[in-house]
Amino acid sequence: MSRKVRVAQLSCGPEYSGVQKEIYDAAESVDAEIFFPDIALADVERAVDAFGLDVRSADLKLMIARGKALVEGKVDADGVFIGTCFRCAEAAIVRNELRRYIHENSRLPVVSYSFTERTTSGTLLTRMEALTTIARRRALLAREEQTGITMGVDSGSSTTKAVVMKDNEIVGTGWHPTTEVIKSAESAVADALEMAGLTREDIQAIGTTGYGRFLIGKHFGADLIQEELTVNSKGAVYLAGHQQGSATVIDIGGMDNKAISVIDGIPGTFTMGGICAGASGRFLEMTAKRLGVDITELGPLAMKGMGKNVPMNSYCIVFGTQSLVNALAAGSSREDVAAAACHSVAEQVFEQQLQEIDIKEPVIMVGGTSLIEGLVYAMGQLLQTEIVVPPHSQYIGAVGSALLASGFIEGE
Amino acid sequence: MAKVFIYPATSLILSDLVARFGHKPLGAALGIRERIQTAGVDSPPLQITPEEPKRGLKYAAVEVPSGVRGRMAIYGPLIEEAEAAVIVTDADLAFGCMGCARTDELILFSLRQSGIPILELTYPSTEEEGVQFVAAIKKFLDGLEKGGEA
Repeated sequence: MSRKVRVAQLSCGPEYSGVQKEIYDAAESVDAEIFFPDIALADVERAVDAFGLDVRSADLKLMIARGKALVEGKVDADGVFIGTCFRCAEAAIVRNELRRYIHENSRLPVVSYSFTERTTSGTLLTRMEALTTIARRRALLAREEQTGITMGVDSGSSTTKAVVMKDNEIVGTGWHPTTEVIKSAESAVADALEMAGLTREDIQAIGTTGYGRFLIGKHFGADLIQEELTVNSKGAVYLAGHQQGSATVIDIGGMDNKAISVIDGIPGTFTMGGICAGASGRFLEMTAKRLGVDITELGPLAMKGMGKNVPMNSYCIVFGTQSLVNALAAGSSREDVAAAACHSVAEQVFEQQLQEIDIKEPVIMVGGTSLIEGLVYAMGQLLQTEIVVPPHSQYIGAVGSALLASGFIEGE
Repeated sequence: MAKVFIYPATSLILSDLVARFGHKPLGAALGIRERIQTAGVDSPPLQITPEEPKRGLKYAAVEVPSGVRGRMAIYGPLIEEAEAAVIVTDADLAFGCMGCARTDELILFSLRQSGIPILELTYPSTEEEGVQFVAAIKKFLDGLEKGGEA
């Protein structure tokens, strides 16, 4: 049995928010242990002075002192969890600066999160699992080539994707809306196998990811069941042909968004939307439905419009839809509304998530929404860079899973 | 005997002084340790549940961070119960401290709004100031003997 992954918690407010138990539970479920770096009270003010951020809250000072102790190697850890109360400005400044400081001055993977009293261990699970994956599976994550015949299945909140790979090539793909998790996965797998001209017996290793990864992983007898943060990072740099060096991966999903700062294919810092899903792909689905077009037609439609002509900047999916309805009622064109919807989602991801990681080029957009060219264009405008959308970007999780699963063939 | 809210609420020294001079201290009276191995400097001894921040809505609106509301669920009722308060500002961390500055602001404001007698002191930095500090607290507490009036 492998040793527990030690995750250092730097936080302000989790106990009085009633969520400390949820953090413990999330860590426990991925065989990790939370610990609080042991700091001498006398060292706290000294560390804060040296860091140079003059904060008032004692727990934020403690966070800074603990962060410095980790970077200076006075305390050993495998990963860092930074958590502060949602809506606290002072804490947000410390959380962000501390995350940046640790990222720039150590090799420790960091995840930051702002919680409310409603935060559950389930919400934290994927983030905590990613920290442990990075700590435990560095060798596997270093894999740059797919070998043998493997399959990856990504059971997402909106769609289920399957990919069959053979000798570093994608030979089969399948895509189905997620309805019944196992049935949708079975359908996607059947399509991918048919396209590849192979049967289940030909598959040498299987990897699963996405929200339904545990259920379908058990169903298919998967060799690798892994969260989507590390899998998508790997898949993104693999498909973009940029496996070495820095990159930024943006995945606007059906229910949440991921922004990942990657070094050599391994996440350094990452955020996942959690409190609100107002800027997710779901809003674009609703927009397409209201405009009476298929989601695949939304991107080209948006490219013909001018988003600036339609006011749409709500953080809320309901109010965003209301803006959309009002704009159409006031005579705005469908093209302009489509462009505004794309800009609105890109802007929210930019404001809420991309500020929490370090943007380094190339910026790679993946997932089903990366096929909506209006959204990619809007993101490129905001970041003032050319966004890379690799081939098969919608299958990113499945490709990453198939690639990593091939590590288990050699392990036999 | 008056019920005296102490600030910092975690100060064992203040708690002891109030009790020593014949009153009931209202606070958390947590020991601040030389080494901190817990989540925060004023980590509660018992698990607080997500219900506390909801109870804290009585004292702070929903847009106020959950950590503030969770603390107010504990300190708010004590402030309501208090008949007097001793406030020490700019205290050394070891004297007693609260983890969240925003909660501090709300606690101090709530105390000042309550109309109860309050003694506000700055944390002493010399021995002489220390003697005056204790003397001022004694005088204030002695004055509370009759029906809580200072």
